[in-house]
Amino acid sequence: MGTPLASSIVGTGSRASPPRAALNRYAADTAFATFVALLMAFLYIPIWVLIIFSFNDSRSLTWPLSGFTLDWYVKLWNNQQLLDAIGNSFYVASCATVLTLLVGVPAALALHRINFPGKKLFRRLVVLPITLPGVVTGISMLNLFRLLGFNLSLETVILGHATALLAVVVTQVSARLERLPKSLEEASADLGASPVHTFFHITLPNIRSAVIGAGLLSFVLSFDEIPVTFFLTGRDNTLPMYIYSTMRRGVTPEINAVGTLIVLFSLVLIILAVIANREKRL
Amino acid sequence: MSPIRDRAIGVAVFGVPLLWITVFMLLPYAIIFTYSFWTKQYPTFVPGFQFGNYLALFVDPQYFRVLMRTLKVSLLVSLFAFLLAYPFAYYLALRCKSSALRTWLYLAVIAPLWVSYLLRAYVWKTILGTEGILNSFLMNVGVLSEPSDIFLYNQFAMVVTLTYIFIPFMVMPIYTALEKIPRNLIEASSDLGMRPIPTFLRIILPLSMPGVAAGFTMTFCLTFGDFVAPFLVGGPDGNLVANVIVTQFGTALNWPMGSALAIFVLVIVLAVLSLSDRVERRYSPKET
Amino acid sequence: MASIIELERLCKSYGTLMAVDDVSFSIEDGEFVTLLGPSGCGKSTLLRMIGGFEEPSSGSIRLDGQDVTWTPPYRRDVNMVFQDYALFPHMTVGDNIAYGLKQMKLDAAQIAKSVGDALNLVGLADKVNQRPHQLSGGQRQRIALARAIVRRPKVLLLDEPLSALDAKLRDQMKLELKHLHEKVGITFVMVTHDQTEALVMSDRVVVMQAGRVAQAGSPDRLYDHPATPYVADFIGTTNFLAAQIVAMSGDQARVAVAGDELDAVVDQPRAVGEAITIGFRPEKIRILADGEDAPNSFAGEIAEVVYYGLGLRLSVAVPGNATVYVDSLLPDRLANTSVPRVGQRVRMALSAGNIFVFDAGTL
Repeated sequence: MGTPLASSIVGTGSRASPPRAALNRYAADTAFATFVALLMAFLYIPIWVLIIFSFNDSRSLTWPLSGFTLDWYVKLWNNQQLLDAIGNSFYVASCATVLTLLVGVPAALALHRINFPGKKLFRRLVVLPITLPGVVTGISMLNLFRLLGFNLSLETVILGHATALLAVVVTQVSARLERLPKSLEEASADLGASPVHTFFHITLPNIRSAVIGAGLLSFVLSFDEIPVTFFLTGRDNTLPMYIYSTMRRGVTPEINAVGTLIVLFSLVLIILAVIANREKRL
Repeated sequence: MSPIRDRAIGVAVFGVPLLWITVFMLLPYAIIFTYSFWTKQYPTFVPGFQFGNYLALFVDPQYFRVLMRTLKVSLLVSLFAFLLAYPFAYYLALRCKSSALRTWLYLAVIAPLWVSYLLRAYVWKTILGTEGILNSFLMNVGVLSEPSDIFLYNQFAMVVTLTYIFIPFMVMPIYTALEKIPRNLIEASSDLGMRPIPTFLRIILPLSMPGVAAGFTMTFCLTFGDFVAPFLVGGPDGNLVANVIVTQFGTALNWPMGSALAIFVLVIVLAVLSLSDRVERRYSPKET
Repeated sequence: MASIIELERLCKSYGTLMAVDDVSFSIEDGEFVTLLGPSGCGKSTLLRMIGGFEEPSSGSIRLDGQDVTWTPPYRRDVNMVFQDYALFPHMTVGDNIAYGLKQMKLDAAQIAKSVGDALNLVGLADKVNQRPHQLSGGQRQRIALARAIVRRPKVLLLDEPLSALDAKLRDQMKLELKHLHEKVGITFVMVTHDQTEALVMSDRVVVMQAGRVAQAGSPDRLYDHPATPYVADFIGTTNFLAAQIVAMSGDQARVAVAGDELDAVVDQPRAVGEAITIGFRPEKIRILADGEDAPNSFAGEIAEVVYYGLGLRLSVAVPGNATVYVDSLLPDRLANTSVPRVGQRVRMALSAGNIFVFDAGTL
C-alpha cells in the first residue's frame, strides 16, 4: 500500500515540477522587467518633462501643454547675463580640469609607486571630497582665501574645483594604474629609458583613456558645481549659479530651455566618454 | 641624464600634489577647526577656546532640530535609494542575459549623473509645485478638483528629489560588488541543496555588502551636506544642516558657529567612512 | 674566462624577512646559469637585484668589473625577459624591439637592420607590424627574447621565462633557448622552480634555499653528488633511510640500514657508530631475480606497483617502517620475466658509488 502511494507522490512531483519551475522563473522575470521599466520611467520622465516644457508656449509650467514655441530659446540668446555665465563656466571648467589633471595624475602615480610616511593619510585626504559635501570644501577654502587676503574671483573658484575634483582623477587613474602590470615600466627602464621617457612613452599611453575619462567627468562636474562655487565666487556668476539665482525668483520655461541645452551637451560628453571607454577594451 | 636630475624631477613631480593637498585641504580644515572654538562678537568674531558652538549644536533647539531632520532625511534617502537600486543592480548583474541590454541599462542609470544636478532638483520643483505639473495633470484628468500643496515644500518632496538624484551612486558600487561574486559560488550553493532565496540571503547578500556599504556611504554623506534640494523643494521647514551653514556664513554672520557645523559634518562623514571600511573588511575575502 | 657578474655578500631584507641572505658567487662570461629553488627562496629577488629593480640591503654587485650596486636599471648593461613578457601593448612588435635601440641613440637604418636581424633570429620576421595581443604565447615569449637580446647586453636575465607556456611548447622552448644561448654567446642568468628546465639548459645551476645558496655546480654534479638532502630532494627523487656506520676504511664505509649492511662512499671522515642518513635514486636500484644474489643488496616487500607509461614505480616496504621507491623499466615480455606483484619479497642491489651519505637528521 505504502509503495504505490510513495511512488505516485514522487511521480506526480517530478512530472509537475519542471512546468512550475518555469512558471516561477517566468513570474520572477516579469516582476524584474516591470521593476526595471518603472525605475527607468522614474529616472527619465523628469528629464523629458524638462525638455518638453522648454518648447511649451506658456509662461506657467502646467498641464496640458498649450502649444509649440522656440521663444524661450530666442530669449536665451538675447540674455547677456546668461551668455556671460556660460562663458565663465567654460573658463572655470576648462582651467579646473587642466589643473586637476596636472596635480591628480602625479598624485595617483605617487600613491601607486612610492612609499612615503603619511601615505595613508594622503590617500584619505585626496579622495575625501568624493563623499565630503561641497559645503565643507567651500567654506574651508573660503576661510583660507580670506586669511591669505585673496579677492574672491573665478580664479578662486578654479582652485576650489581643482581641489575637489582631485578625488575623481586620483580614483580613476589609480584604478587603471593598478591594472597596469608593473613589469611594463620595469621593462622600459631595463631597455634603457629614463623615468621621464618611460612615463610619456609607456605609462601615459596605457592610462590615456582613464585620464581622458577623468578629464571629461571633471569638466562636467565643474561645469555643474554649486556648493564650492557658491562660497568662492566673487561678482562673476557661473551658469549653475546664475540658474540658481534665477530660481530664487521662481520657475520659468527659460530655465527649461537652458536645461535642455545642458542635457544635450551632457549627452555629447557621455558619448565621448563611452567611446573613450570602448577604446580601452582593445 | 644624471641621477641627480632624475631625483630632482621626481621631487618636483611628486612634491606638487603633496604641497597642493597640504595648502588647499589640510590647512583649510585646520583653519575652520580653529574658528569653531572662537566666539561671535558683532559684527565679526574674536579668537578664543570654548566649546559653546559645539554645545549649541545639541542644546539649542534651532540647531538640534535641524540636525535630527538632516539625519532623518539622509537615512530615508539612503534607504529608498537602496530599495530601488539593489533589485536593479541584482537584475543587471545576475539575471540579465543579454550583455548589450546590460550595458545599455547600466549606462542609462549612470547617465543622469552627467546631467546637471541642479536641473535634476529643479525639475522636481516644477513637477511637484502647487501650480506644478503633477497638480495640473491630476486636475486635468479629474483626480483633483483644486491644486493640492501636499507635494511640495515638505520632507516627502525632499526625499523624493534626493533619492532621484543619488540613485546612480547606489547602483554603481552594488552592481560592481555583485558582478565580482564568482558564479560558481552561487552554483555551489544550489548544488549543496540551497534554494534560490536562502542562496540569496546567505551567499549573494553578504558578498555584496561592501557595495551596499559604499552606496550607503555616498548617498548618506552627500544628502547630509546638500543645500540645493532643501532650498528648492524643502520649504520653510525643510532646512538641512548645510542651509544653516550657508546662513551662518551669510546673513547671520556667525562664522565660528558655521565652522563648528562644518566640522560636525566632516566628523559625520569620517565616521560613516570608517564604519563602511569596517563593513567592507568584514565581508571581503581576506587578502593574502 | 673572466667573471662577468660578481655578487659579494648580497643581502635583501623585507622587514624581518631575509629574502636574500649573504649570497656571494660569480658568473663567468658566456655561461648559462640557472637559479633554482622553490617559490620564496629568494631566487627572483636575486635576479631583480642584478637587473637593478631592487636595491640590496647590503653587499655589492659588479658587472664586468664595475660596481653597479646602485645603478638604476636604465643605466645597466643587462636586459631582462620578464615572466609575463611585459610587451608594450600599445606598440607593434617592431616598435617593441626598437624601443631599447632608440634609447641607444642609433640611427634609423641601424635600428631597422637590428630589428630585422633580431626577428630573424627568433623566426618571426613576418610579425613585425602586429600587436602583442595578436600573437600566441610562444610568439610573445620569442619577441620578449628578441627585444632583450637586440641590445646585445652583457648579461641576459630570464625570470621564469617558460612558466606561462603549456607543457609541449615548454619542452620545445627549452631547447630553443639553449640553442639561442649558444648562437648569441651572451651570458644567460635564468630563474626557475622547475628542475628539468635547470638540468636541460644550464651550464651551471645554483640551488637556493631560504635566501642562501645551497649548492652550485654543473647539472650532473648536482644530480650525482648533492651536497645536502635538500638538494638531493629538490633535484630528482631521492629515497632517504636512517643508517649507522659500522666500519670505515679510507673513503669506504660499511653502513647498517634496514636490517642489512651496505657499502657506501663518504666524502668526509665518519666515525664508526655514527648515525647518518643515506640517500639513493629510485632508478639506480636493481631488483634481483628470484634466487639471484649480489653484493650490496637489501631486502623488502613490494607494497604497491604503479604504472607510468615508461616503466613501473614500485613502493617497497623495508624493515624500520620505511618505504623505498624503485623505478624500473617495464619487463621485456619476450624474455618472459615476471612482472612484480604486490606482496612479493624481493632483494634490491645498489652500487656503493650511488649512495649519498649525509649527517643524520638533516632532512
